[in-house]
Amino acid sequence: MKSWDAGRESRVPLPLSELISSMNKPQQDTLLSVRNLVTQVATPQGAKIVVDRLSFDLGRGETLCIAGESGSGKSMTALSLMQLLPKPMARVASGEAILNGQNILALSEGQMRQVRGRHIGMIFQEPMTSLNPVLTVGRQLAEAIAAHKPVSAAEARRKAKDLLDQVQISDAARRLDQYPHELSGGMRQRVMIAIALAQSPQILIADEPTTALDVTVQSQILALIRKLQAENGVSVILITHDMGVVAEMADHVLVMNRGREVESGPLKRIFETPADTYTKDLLAAVPRLGEMTGTTQPKRAPAAPKKPEAAAKPDAMAPVVDVENLVVRFDIKGGILQRPIKRVHAVEGVTFQIKPGETLSLVGESGCGKSTTGKALLNLIPWRGNIRVGGKETAGLTGPERKQVLRDIQMIFQDPYASLDPRMRVGDLVAEPLVIHGLASGSELTDRVEYLFRRTGLSADQMKRYPHEFSGGQRQRICIARALSLSPKVIVADESVAALDVSIQAQVLDLLQDIQNETGISYLFISHDMAVVEQISHRVAVMYMGRFVESGTRAQVFENPQHPYTKRLMEAVPVADPDRPRKAFVPADGELPSPVKDLSYVPPVLTRQDIGGGHTVWS
Amino acid sequence: MLAYVARRLLQTVLILLGISLVTFVLLYLVPADPARQIAGRSATAQTVENIRQQLGLNLPFYEQYLRYLTGLLHGDFGRSYLQKTEVAELIRSRLPASLLLMCGAIFCELLLGLTMGVVAALKRGSKTDNGLMIVSFVGVSAPQFVIGILLLYVFAVQLGWFPIGGYGTFKHLVLPSITLGFLGAGWYSRMMRSSLIDVLRQDYIRTARAKGLTRAKILFGHAIPNAILPIIAMIGIDIGLFMSGIVVVESVFGWPGIGQLAWQAIQRIDIPIIMGVTMISAFAIVLGNLLADLIAPWVDPRIKLR
Repeated sequence: MKSWDAGRESRVPLPLSELISSMNKPQQDTLLSVRNLVTQVATPQGAKIVVDRLSFDLGRGETLCIAGESGSGKSMTALSLMQLLPKPMARVASGEAILNGQNILALSEGQMRQVRGRHIGMIFQEPMTSLNPVLTVGRQLAEAIAAHKPVSAAEARRKAKDLLDQVQISDAARRLDQYPHELSGGMRQRVMIAIALAQSPQILIADEPTTALDVTVQSQILALIRKLQAENGVSVILITHDMGVVAEMADHVLVMNRGREVESGPLKRIFETPADTYTKDLLAAVPRLGEMTGTTQPKRAPAAPKKPEAAAKPDAMAPVVDVENLVVRFDIKGGILQRPIKRVHAVEGVTFQIKPGETLSLVGESGCGKSTTGKALLNLIPWRGNIRVGGKETAGLTGPERKQVLRDIQMIFQDPYASLDPRMRVGDLVAEPLVIHGLASGSELTDRVEYLFRRTGLSADQMKRYPHEFSGGQRQRICIARALSLSPKVIVADESVAALDVSIQAQVLDLLQDIQNETGISYLFISHDMAVVEQISHRVAVMYMGRFVESGTRAQVFENPQHPYTKRLMEAVPVADPDRPRKAFVPADGELPSPVKDLSYVPPVLTRQDIGGGHTVWS
Repeated sequence: MLAYVARRLLQTVLILLGISLVTFVLLYLVPADPARQIAGRSATAQTVENIRQQLGLNLPFYEQYLRYLTGLLHGDFGRSYLQKTEVAELIRSRLPASLLLMCGAIFCELLLGLTMGVVAALKRGSKTDNGLMIVSFVGVSAPQFVIGILLLYVFAVQLGWFPIGGYGTFKHLVLPSITLGFLGAGWYSRMMRSSLIDVLRQDYIRTARAKGLTRAKILFGHAIPNAILPIIAMIGIDIGLFMSGIVVVESVFGWPGIGQLAWQAIQRIDIPIIMGVTMISAFAIVLGNLLADLIAPWVDPRIKLR
């Protein structure tokens, strides 16, 4: 016990110059030293090693990024250090982690409790589920403050308010009495950071802290972590799959794959001269914002340079999807008679067209109405306005007529795990739309499904398997095969690659583009990821609060963004380039305004401004 | 909130109206003649007919129902056919004993059920867990009269710790409360066990551990307040279970509550009492559910009453 306190007392904030020099020679001032960490998980097939002889050093005030794709063991490493592995399935089999002269992996639960929070603080990926829903924010903070020493209630509250101020939460005194569900995702993650820092730990472990957040919020949170680190001199272990985040944050990088270290070294060395092919592949797969500058076609457009008239040809063709003044509003009911009391303005007067063979991307942050727009196209929710698919009005269609329209427009969803019925064979899942529409039967059906499987890069002998036997990327291929089965004219792809690892994501994006080149299908591509959108789109529309704020060709929007919101979105994207200057800390601006309005609310009319060549800005 | 309560109370009135109609129809269809019951076996047909006319049993069904309903709206539950007393008076004199028994039962089932559930969840997979789950299985599946008689035999007859039956002191209350609460305790221990196991896997429990909190603080401060949420919704439904349970338990222990009153009335087709007890029970069940729904947002701030 004594050694802990000794370690704490000797801790003084380092001046910046020393901080920088400590980065260059981490061995001299190592805070945490991990040697040969092995973590096992019990499976029905026996013990499986998820972290395999991992060793690394963490210097004082240093940021170490552990990067890797899902299943690489990076989160397991973090949980092993905290002894928070899910028991009894997972356990640390061997290895040591020396912090302040003591092996924390060998500590008993009671001793380890003294380390948690006090010496190592941790924040997790999911801010939505990481806070207790039935306790106030203030109570959860106060608890962390008083976890290891008696603190009076008034003192704890004062300190809690200070912490919320530190993590830039506005109106801190009022937030203390709120419950987690009353805060946005970004604010919850700020609260998590405040909790982790409540006892001024020496090490902050952040496990994918921004993965679940919007880009603008992500950049705020990352900047906040950097700012707090500079102020408190805390060392950070940041776990992420996003090489852009790595470039933004790391001093040192440790790349992991299948539980093992692939390579490690200073940030610049890893990015500039990666030694291992895995690292090279990982870096190559990362879509980089701006890498498409100067081109007009999507990344995998046919290699042959298009003649001007060929490029102009789609403009002459009739649009497959023609949306005019789409409005989606939901009433919130209440009172004795359940009458509407408030109204959600999800989509407010959106107009766009998609030409054959074209990809239109809707980009924006959560709650901007982009998914709602996609659902309205498929008549999955009630809407107003005009939607024509292949020249036919879809409003008010029921029964067989609606079925006819749905044949032309299909959807691929975000979560490939949840969008396949786990009790059906994948072959049957792909065949189902054909059966429903009565388009094929018998051997013709089998042939068609087999063709679709091969077309999407799966093999025909996999048709008899169940969804759980496939990986995320394979499942998304099955979803694509299912969407393609009816030979639709348009596919609505709603965040269809968001849940996939970068390397898999790149493959799926390539597949989508190849299919387009081959069949001339159109996509409505809905995404929050600017870099992905840049790669795949012909045209882009930026959505904010249920409206378009800017639309135009990819080059117009990405190379010459006009609307302030578009600019903010682009700036917020972390770029996988360590030479780019890190963003300065900007005090958090307010939360997104709410789309829930009083019944009397009349949405203001935006002025539409065409700034040339179809590049449109609304303000 | 007020609007919510007002709407729910409006619903309550409709529900009670529906229940009164259904019960009345069922009693009307029962192939026994209440007038004959009152008059006795040896009475002449004329006497029976007189009684029938006197009680209005000769009237068409809808008229009988309307008469009953009008009375009900004036707070008049009618008179017992056989006891010659106001039903309202009978219920009023019996209700406190039943309420006391129910309070005891709720206390027993929560104490037993939650404790068993928490211990089983914390030691899941162990012998303790298996043992507790066997006990809870017995609670769920054994008929209440069997448990009641067993408890009576062991603790009253053999050990002599508690009186064999009757009403009046705390000692009288113990065995009937346990008997009535044991079924619920079985359910609650199972629910609490699975709910707590689920909660202990949640991210916020990991957060609490990462703060360095003690096990006790994590369990009582974080896990149990979340795990108990589904149970609160159950307590409202419980009152319905109790209403059927007290009929048995009050008979076994000679407890002078409305359960016994109802049992005697059913045997003799004393329609006003059956109706009265049914209406009171229905009201209690609806009220119990309303209370549970009102408590829910207080425990779980995410729930909004609309």
